[in-house]
Amino acid sequence: MVQYNFKKMTVVPNGKDFIDIILSRTQRQTPTVVHKGYAISRLRQFYMRKVKYTQQNFHEKLSTIVDEFPRLDDIHPFYGDLLHVLYNKDHYKLALGQINTARNLIGKISKDYVKLLKYGDSLYRCKCLKVAALGRMCTVIKRIGPSLAYLEQIRQHMARLPSIDPNTRTILICGYPNVGKSSFINKITRADVDVQPYAFTTKSLFVGHTDYKYLRYQVIDTPGILDRPFEDRNIIEMCSITALAHLRAAVLFFLDISGSCGYSIAQQAALFHSIKSLFMNKPLIIVCNKTDLQPLDGISEEDKKLVAEMKSEAMKTVIGQGGEATNDDGVLLTMSTLTEEGVIAVKNAACDRLLNQRVELKMKSKKINDCLNRFHVAMPKPRDNKERPPCIPQAVIEAKIKQAAEKEKRQTERDLENENGGAGVYSASLKKHYILANDEWKEDVMPEILDGHNVYDFVDPDILHRLEELEREEGLRQEEEGDDFEMDGLELTPEEKKTLAAIRKKKSLLIQEHRIKKSTAESRPIVPRKFDKDREFTTKRMGRQLSKLGIDPSRAIERARSRSVSRGRKRERSVDRGDTDGGDAMEVDTPNKKQRMLSRSRSRSRSRPPTEVAPGEGFKDSNQKAKALQKARKSNKNRNKDARRGEADRVIPTLKPKHLFSGKRSIGKTQRR
Amino acid sequence: MRLEKCWFCSSTVYPGHGIQFVRNDAKIFRFCRSKCHKNFKMKRNPRKVKWTKAYRRLRGKDMTQDSTFEFERKRNRPERYDRSLTENTLKAIKKIDKVRVEREARHHKNRMKGKSAKEHNEAIKEIDQSTILVKAPSALQQEPSLVKVSQPQLDKNVAMEE
Repeated sequence: MVQYNFKKMTVVPNGKDFIDIILSRTQRQTPTVVHKGYAISRLRQFYMRKVKYTQQNFHEKLSTIVDEFPRLDDIHPFYGDLLHVLYNKDHYKLALGQINTARNLIGKISKDYVKLLKYGDSLYRCKCLKVAALGRMCTVIKRIGPSLAYLEQIRQHMARLPSIDPNTRTILICGYPNVGKSSFINKITRADVDVQPYAFTTKSLFVGHTDYKYLRYQVIDTPGILDRPFEDRNIIEMCSITALAHLRAAVLFFLDISGSCGYSIAQQAALFHSIKSLFMNKPLIIVCNKTDLQPLDGISEEDKKLVAEMKSEAMKTVIGQGGEATNDDGVLLTMSTLTEEGVIAVKNAACDRLLNQRVELKMKSKKINDCLNRFHVAMPKPRDNKERPPCIPQAVIEAKIKQAAEKEKRQTERDLENENGGAGVYSASLKKHYILANDEWKEDVMPEILDGHNVYDFVDPDILHRLEELEREEGLRQEEEGDDFEMDGLELTPEEKKTLAAIRKKKSLLIQEHRIKKSTAESRPIVPRKFDKDREFTTKRMGRQLSKLGIDPSRAIERARSRSVSRGRKRERSVDRGDTDGGDAMEVDTPNKKQRMLSRSRSRSRSRPPTEVAPGEGFKDSNQKAKALQKARKSNKNRNKDARRGEADRVIPTLKPKHLFSGKRSIGKTQRR
Repeated sequence: MRLEKCWFCSSTVYPGHGIQFVRNDAKIFRFCRSKCHKNFKMKRNPRKVKWTKAYRRLRGKDMTQDSTFEFERKRNRPERYDRSLTENTLKAIKKIDKVRVEREARHHKNRMKGKSAKEHNEAIKEIDQSTILVKAPSALQQEPSLVKVSQPQLDKNVAMEE
């Protein structure tokens, strides 16, 4: 089935936009970089591609327009006529024809210029040809600008047309303006048509849908029609006429019997007779509206005659369809849309008659035989007058009754709640449904945790048995062990303990000192001993250390002092030593001469003076060697830093360098500039 | 509500304490306190961290195999409530606990056997070898009191070695 949906047509851009779209697409979708140095074939190909691509795009776009707009000859005649009425067929066809021509023209232009480009001999020539080609194409489009604008307007209007399906079950409402057509459609469908107390409130077709017997009916509200010659009718009226002419629908002709619409019954009857040719072969119902103002019985004799005449005309359509002439109750109906009296009756009558007509038509068609021979409805005739009710055994009936009774009797939790104070007061207990050996246990609370254990982990049916075994085992073991205690009478005396403590303290101190030294060894400055407070040579310090070790320091101090005083001249001392093997100097600290001699003999033997020239060393004499030695010593002597600042000390030249803390930082981080 | 064991240190986690981590393979890690959680996050192996139960069990510091441990077991079979059974269980828990504590004490005692003798020997050796750190040898000679103390000890030590 053809769907008449004009809502999905693509937008028709106006001439300027059209050109912009195509050219920008060409720019984006084809290569843009070209150089003079390229081979000429490549240059030609580059520009040919551009021209061809543009033509292709134009062709595609224009083709969609031509294809998507409906051809008036191909679509349903209802739509064909409606579009003609609304937009003028000639104008419409002309516009589409222009588009088609433009498409062909552009194709021709592209073909010509591609041919010319084949002979282009330079980049400049090729480019000029391309520009000319595109320019001419654009000119063509510019010329059809008005047509494009017209088509765009039509497209917008078409998108808003109601989606009427010409082939489905349809109820068509027609009549003079202001007789209550729109009120009726508002009553029976969910359509929301504007209702106003003036003529031609409805200016176009409106569609609503209603249900009857599980089928969907399309209800079409038409604008009012005036009784005048066909040529004089305006577009609004023509919409109604088109719908009446082409839709196979049940027609409701609305008659305002009160005359409050401004037209007498006679005028309305005249209209009826002038357009009755449009009602042929359609179920027609004459609806007398506004009975709340004027009941049908109360109208004058003349009018009654007119109405009867109309009714007889309507009956003809019934007979024309093969209906029975006697059945006239579905032809003339009265209602009031204000009081909603008879509205549903009208709707039902219309739907009924439409359905009957459609079914009859189908029955007449050739296809029906294919379907009919598939149906068979069995209707057994009664054999005799004996009644044969369904057989239900007595036991089943009893069981059912019992079940029903039980169902009613069972007390639900909800009942309990209502009895015991309602929601929020009563709290349902799940415990009462527990299945336990003893009902008393239901409310028991089982401890979950005991002494840092999960009680549930210990639950075991034969726990008593196992516990007994464990206790027996434990008892045996205790007996076995008896009084087996360790004998260790080894104890240190208090003095020993004291010494041990002192030793350990000293050791730990030594370790600590060593660690301090080690940890700071690299960063510590080299400090000469005389500047180091903790290590400098003083008698005081020596005395302290010696007394700590349990030695009387007084003599050692004395000796050191006396030595520092009576040092004498160096040469004298050396002579002295050489001659006497230890003189008075050593006398002080060695009380025992024998012991002194012993220590002397154990000391290092005198070595050769360093300045003495050994054969083979290469020095002239000892003087020269001494000089050389001194030079060597001086050359690798380390500077004594005396804890002063040196070049290896850590130093921060500038705490906040200006160039890192000022200036603009719009890009990047503060750290990275 | 259950008491759980900490994944890291194996201590008991009471309801409302600690934190638990569920890995994307649905394995649950429970921790008794942030200390254990942090150690876990540092990817430490509880078997190599000295203060955990896992470490102590691995090195034989704690009792690992005992019949008292077999009473407490997670049974995944629901048991219907029985009042008398529950009573028995509650009483049994206390008894089992008592036995377990005794056995643990015994285990510790066994483990510490011979430790004091060893320490004593070490102390004597240290006194012998390092007295010079606190007293000069000459001072020791002059002051026989200290020498006297250590001398018999030395003799004794020699005797023991023999």
